[in-house]
Amino acid sequence: MKKTPLYEAHLRQKAKIVDFGGWALPVQYSGVKQEHLAVRTNVGLFDVSHMGEFVLSGEGALDYLNHLITNDAAILEVGQALYTVMCYPDGGVVDDLIVYRLDKQSYLLVVNASNIKKDWDWIQSQLPVIRHPVDLQDQSEQWALLALQGPKASSLLQKTIKRMDLSELLSFHLAKAQLEGVEVMVARTGYTGEDGFEIFVPSRKAEEIWELLLRVGKDESVLPCGLGARDTLRIEMKFPLYGHELSKETNPLEAGLGWVVKLNKAEFLGREALLKIKEEGGPKRRLVGVLMTEKGIPRQGYSVTDIEGRPIGILTSGTMSPSLNVGIGIAYVESSFKSPDTPIQIQIRDRLQSGIIAKTPFIRRDKK
Amino acid sequence: MNVPEELKYSRDHEWAELNKGEATIGITDYAQDSLGDVVYVELPEVGRELEEGEVFGVVESIKAVSDLCSPLAGMIIEVNEEIVDRTDLLNEDPYGDGWLIKVKYNEENESLMTSDEYQEFLEGLD
Repeated sequence: MKKTPLYEAHLRQKAKIVDFGGWALPVQYSGVKQEHLAVRTNVGLFDVSHMGEFVLSGEGALDYLNHLITNDAAILEVGQALYTVMCYPDGGVVDDLIVYRLDKQSYLLVVNASNIKKDWDWIQSQLPVIRHPVDLQDQSEQWALLALQGPKASSLLQKTIKRMDLSELLSFHLAKAQLEGVEVMVARTGYTGEDGFEIFVPSRKAEEIWELLLRVGKDESVLPCGLGARDTLRIEMKFPLYGHELSKETNPLEAGLGWVVKLNKAEFLGREALLKIKEEGGPKRRLVGVLMTEKGIPRQGYSVTDIEGRPIGILTSGTMSPSLNVGIGIAYVESSFKSPDTPIQIQIRDRLQSGIIAKTPFIRRDKK
Repeated sequence: MNVPEELKYSRDHEWAELNKGEATIGITDYAQDSLGDVVYVELPEVGRELEEGEVFGVVESIKAVSDLCSPLAGMIIEVNEEIVDRTDLLNEDPYGDGWLIKVKYNEENESLMTSDEYQEFLEGLD
């Protein structure tokens, strides 16, 4: 299994390690629920170094990027970021990613760990399309990525950063900074629904910064958090995860990501297919939140039915919500069932259990 | 890991306390620790006949679903209804208040392990 630069630190902290798509990663330290609630009320620290980092630069970088992604990178100022997907020509999703504009002609693409090779090959395969020179680098090995998330993330991080006022770093923005003499990039992004940061640290300095943040964060009751809490936090926000809500079999419109598909852009991969779906009355199925009104816990792969028991869809993720103490899930259902409060049922083993289509996110957060 | 001496153990990490044809059954300390916080339990009806190894219920943590398999053949004479609303008992007291069911049995299951054997079995897993 592949290891992040923080593997030894996780072992020292008695994390439970699991195989996550070929990576040896901590699923939990003290417990999923405790870690989840720490992020909702205080602050948690995650190792997400398995994520991939590509840097695209050169005169043709913007055109190339806008050919690859559905969102419009032309709106990005230097230091600004956006969420987007890359699609195949048929509208299926290659990956979802965050694009940060590092410099006038330089962009950082943060992609899913399980898709690093596939994305790299896909992006390479599109090179001949571009008229101006571009340079593409896979910097995944060079960077460790630490996510510091929660309402107290900002006060914690500010203690370690002297020369920058973090209140000036807005959501979906990135800045260079020094953490105890280590050059890092700090982005106000995350995957939890809370205020927080993702910190790009040179791999060889990862352990130093990890320990520093845990030490300095004692006052804020910081907890190291694993993939278990990362998953329950993102499900409560209905943030999609590639391999669950997104795949080459799903398109961004049915996944509720129409807001990152800029059909008015001149050209991008998947545009015609997505335009056609829209013109033909929209997607036939929709990604929705499911809230249980009985005790059972919805899980990936379970069938969703109407109140008569007729199958209308399938769950892509599900869990007990640590914040709400009730079963919640994300599902694709026939579009006519997508409205909040529509009663549905979930096939849990040999029984149909009641639930409703929920407003999402499942929880409301105040965010900077 | 806590592995009480007086109990018998299955490879599915269930324990049985055998007492004159009646057995109390639960999950082991190892099982509750691997699962993490138990948040949901599904138990069978009293009166149901179970085969050895038959699935009689389900425990779920936030992340995982795990079948409960009977270490003995027999008829269910009691279920611990309390744990349905107090799933934390499975984590806090798996050999006590976190018990699952009681069954009436005719024959002991020879393949169950003693506490020493189960401890050895656990060491082999790591």
